[in-house]
Amino acid sequence: MAAAGLLGAVATLASRRLLCAPPGAARGRAAVLGPARRFGASARAWRSSEDKVTVHFINRDGDKLTAEGKIGDSLLDVVVDSNLDIDGFGACEGTLACSTCHLIFEDQIFKKLDAVTDEEMDMLDLAYGLTETSRLGCQICLKKFMNNMTVRVPEAVADVRQSIDMSKNS
Amino acid sequence: MLQLWPKGRAFVIVKAAGLACHVGRKISSFKRPLSTSERVPRICIVGSGPAGFYTAQHLLKHHKLARVDIYEKLPVPFGLVRFGVAPDHPEVKNVINTFTQTAQSDRCSYYGNVTVGKDVTVEELQQAYHAVVLSYGAEDNRILGIPGENLSGVYSARAFVGWYNGLPENRDLKPDLSSKTVLVLGQGNVALDVARILLTPLDLLRKTDITEGSLAAIASSKVKRVWLVGRRGPLQVAFTIKELREMVNLPGARPILDPADFAGLRDAIKDVPRPRKRLTELMIKTALEKPGEKEAKIWASATREWGLKFLRSPLEILPTADGKRARGIRMAVTRLEGSGESATAVPTGEVEELECGLILSSIGYRSLPLGSSVPFDRKHGIIPNHLGRVQGVPGLYCSGWVKRGPTGVIITTMNDSFDTAQSVLEDLQAGMLNVSNTKEGFESVRSILQSRGVHPVSFSDWEKIDAAEVARGQLAGKPREKIVDPQEMLQLIGH
Repeated sequence: MAAAGLLGAVATLASRRLLCAPPGAARGRAAVLGPARRFGASARAWRSSEDKVTVHFINRDGDKLTAEGKIGDSLLDVVVDSNLDIDGFGACEGTLACSTCHLIFEDQIFKKLDAVTDEEMDMLDLAYGLTETSRLGCQICLKKFMNNMTVRVPEAVADVRQSIDMSKNS
Repeated sequence: MLQLWPKGRAFVIVKAAGLACHVGRKISSFKRPLSTSERVPRICIVGSGPAGFYTAQHLLKHHKLARVDIYEKLPVPFGLVRFGVAPDHPEVKNVINTFTQTAQSDRCSYYGNVTVGKDVTVEELQQAYHAVVLSYGAEDNRILGIPGENLSGVYSARAFVGWYNGLPENRDLKPDLSSKTVLVLGQGNVALDVARILLTPLDLLRKTDITEGSLAAIASSKVKRVWLVGRRGPLQVAFTIKELREMVNLPGARPILDPADFAGLRDAIKDVPRPRKRLTELMIKTALEKPGEKEAKIWASATREWGLKFLRSPLEILPTADGKRARGIRMAVTRLEGSGESATAVPTGEVEELECGLILSSIGYRSLPLGSSVPFDRKHGIIPNHLGRVQGVPGLYCSGWVKRGPTGVIITTMNDSFDTAQSVLEDLQAGMLNVSNTKEGFESVRSILQSRGVHPVSFSDWEKIDAAEVARGQLAGKPREKIVDPQEMLQLIGH
């Protein structure tokens, strides 16, 4: 696994859009291993709270997940680094080759987001449950004004069923 | 908060003062002792492509005890991610990373080189497991059903894709690439893939994981022009905008779109949903507008061409004088009845002939029935099911293309697989799968396979094959050099 995974990760690193990296910041991302359960080996330097942004995610079953990221992180980074429990999130690891990081934003936040590129729109067009305020999480980088915003994880299938989870202790 | 324990390694997540930092270290394999009173659901999944792996992933995540075994007929895993996704689309293959994690997790095992239906039957699997999920996809293709279909020079796009992607059964395809003009029947993403692989500059192709053999054949190809032919019109194309954009921007190639095909289309798409609208707008722009500076440069110096032909339905593939090879195609000129996705193509009575020596039929993949114990809907090419539960067979489920039909991208299959996993979890919770009835899982199957002389390939065996492919690829400046001979794979792992 190691060779393939690492090589895959290296290739990913090369092609991944580091849109949000602040100039001069070291943003190594070794061994990117997959959505929502990835184990990144990046250690992050301590920063002042000025750089932190809190984001609330409303999951498909209505649960609210709260996570923190630093300015410049993409929402995909936030989900991965905080190991948020969102099924199937970020399958292509931020390379604009899928639409699994599709998120729905509040109106007032959506208006302030950076303009969507053709490339993002091309993949967003294939997303399930597309709305007027939908974007791909891997393309949205944290800014101060996003602090405490709430984003919604869209439904994945037409048939909404009560999700069964037998992984928790009864 | 940890969902899965990867074999042989522990990852400790430490949260300190608002930081998250991940530390990995190797420890010996973590085994959880099972008391005899614990009811461990044992689930078997047939097929190790995206459907199989996403179903497994969802089950393992949402059930703390369930053990999942994934069976695969080839020695190597990942199905169409390895054998279907085009060599120049490596990002789409990133899902392999998450599948690898799943395969390596404690409650998951991979058994390659086991053909369900031959080496072990579905009934035998149902004896050994509480639930069996069929995720074996669509290994065949739809047939044109016209004269001349079996002439030399006519191939299914499925076989062609298998050939350049190293699918063992297609390794000896030896397609004849001496024809200047290629006709691809079909206007989906697979049709665009094969056109693009035929027309991409060689120095781009040689850096991908396309097989050595097919690269050599493409290097001496005479192909200069590829037509994608559809029965219906521009508003019914099945390919998606990212792939079309890629084609429009292909270095060294120029699009040939007939402006007449796009007349009046702008009005027709005014109220159409955004994805279809943008896709059509891109075609219209490419066909009718003057190209931008960048495109103009590429198109001016292009040595290769691709185009779209609409409203043409194949009637007959015409043979050479000796009757052995394809030399052209006769097509009915059609017109549309109705509009939008449900428009149908109706023959006008007019007929057209085109000369070409290579025809690729890209009209869809097709699933095959597994055996008499598994119901199969031949008309739709799927296993009849409701929410992934196979009709009339308790304990049997299906996910992916064999459940839904062979369309959609990986996310479609992911959602579908999660949905089937949900059905299994519901049935477990409702007591419909009798987990108190202990099942042995692979322990029962092992002896069956042994008696039939079948040696399963483990995931760590695959990792050896993987490492060998990557090492060979490095020598050639490629991500990997795929091994295309299953015997070579087995020899490599000492089987």
